[in-house]
Amino acid sequence: MAKENLLYSKDHEWVLSAGGAVTIGVTDYAQHELGDVVFVDLPAAGKQLKKGDPAANIESVKAVSDVYAPVTGAITEVNAKLGANPELVNQDPFGEGWIFKMSVNQASELEELMDLKKYEEYLKGIAGE
Amino acid sequence: MKKTKINEAHYILKGKMVEFCGWDLPVQYSGVNTEHMAVRTTGGIFDVSHMGEVWFRGREALKAVQHIISNDASKLQPGRIQYAGLLTESGCFVDDLLVYMMKENEYLLVVNAANIEKDFQWMKKHAARFDVLVENRSEEYSQIAVQGPTAEKLVQEFAEIDLKPMGYYHFAQGRVQGMDAIVSRTGYTGEDGFEIYFKSDAAAASKLFLDLAGKGEKYDALPAGLGARDTLRLEAKMALYGNDIDDSHTVLEADLGWILKLKKEEPFIGQEALLRQKQEGIRRKLVGFELVDQGIARHGYPITVQGREFGAVTSGTFAPFLRRAIGLAYLPLEHSAIGSEFQVGIREKTVTAKVVETPFYKRNK
Repeated sequence: MAKENLLYSKDHEWVLSAGGAVTIGVTDYAQHELGDVVFVDLPAAGKQLKKGDPAANIESVKAVSDVYAPVTGAITEVNAKLGANPELVNQDPFGEGWIFKMSVNQASELEELMDLKKYEEYLKGIAGE
Repeated sequence: MKKTKINEAHYILKGKMVEFCGWDLPVQYSGVNTEHMAVRTTGGIFDVSHMGEVWFRGREALKAVQHIISNDASKLQPGRIQYAGLLTESGCFVDDLLVYMMKENEYLLVVNAANIEKDFQWMKKHAARFDVLVENRSEEYSQIAVQGPTAEKLVQEFAEIDLKPMGYYHFAQGRVQGMDAIVSRTGYTGEDGFEIYFKSDAAAASKLFLDLAGKGEKYDALPAGLGARDTLRLEAKMALYGNDIDDSHTVLEADLGWILKLKKEEPFIGQEALLRQKQEGIRRKLVGFELVDQGIARHGYPITVQGREFGAVTSGTFAPFLRRAIGLAYLPLEHSAIGSEFQVGIREKTVTAKVVETPFYKRNK
């Protein structure tokens, strides 16, 4: 997946927007910080979420972290492969390791996300801390 | 933040550094799972210099040690080690520790990093009436743990001590990479392995760690961090002070009755309370559990037994070798039998756990 076509959140999620729906995963930076992912707690399809609500949990050996809904909408699909192969989040975070898909109620919320250039600057800021 | 003398080596090896008990230590190098599996199948090298070393020396060293620990140090000979509790009057833990008998009238007590100052003050206070000198020499000593099936071969390349005949919980003194050291067949992982205590400057300490890691490549042994140390000890059901044992749970409740020698000659702190509790019986007990439902139960997650809230998970993780979510918790005695089910709150969900046999993992000897 071309990283320049994606949008990014400050919580290190990537968002692929296409046809009024979004696909969400975590970035390479996030999977690296998490370490070995051993379980992904996925939301039920149909669940209504507001932007910023916790949608899924990624459990690594070390810790647990939330994946937030980047927009307001409903869960339309989850990556069922993660049930048996949670390590896909580490191995292929931008591809096979995607986490869930959502419908988008307000397209304007997408504008609050970062493009690749801004996200890379954001990462540089974190590294410099 | 405090630095162990091995600190520089962690940066050279690109460890992911975190603060632990005020120390700058690596949580991992290559990854918790990888390091955990290395220790189970080949070997791992850990910097555990943050641990504390307190010496008891003098005519009444044994009496003083006997007075403050739950186990029976009179059974030790020079070169032998015992695991014991340092207990409060009520039979709970001030800390857990290892007692090394160096020679007659000289003992080394190895304590947890978080408790060094507290333990030292406690020991000095309660040893005051004995003819013994109690010295905290934690700052002087570095400690490296080499753990796993290849540990003996790897450490042997550096140690001028014949390790093969050394039994579990035995130790010897000799030179390791030219430095005077104490080498014991002990560890906190459930595997065979050694712990090396030595005094040196930072350059020599870092060099030994780097050389062990370098030579370790031959055996597929890896440097390993605090993350793997925690998952390894939990699979082996080794208690962690501050999680599974503390100053509000007794030795009997912690299911560590084997470190209690209630009939030893020298009375010890906590003995009366524990004798009483042994007669009256305990009401709760530390048990191992695994999750029946999906999820991972971690330290502090609330427990419900038959609809009644009952404390929290003391330690919990995904066990990298067993590939299951495991943990420890205190349960009411009547609900602590193997197979008993209870609930753990994981954020907004409630999942079922069941009591299982421990240790979760036991190596084939």
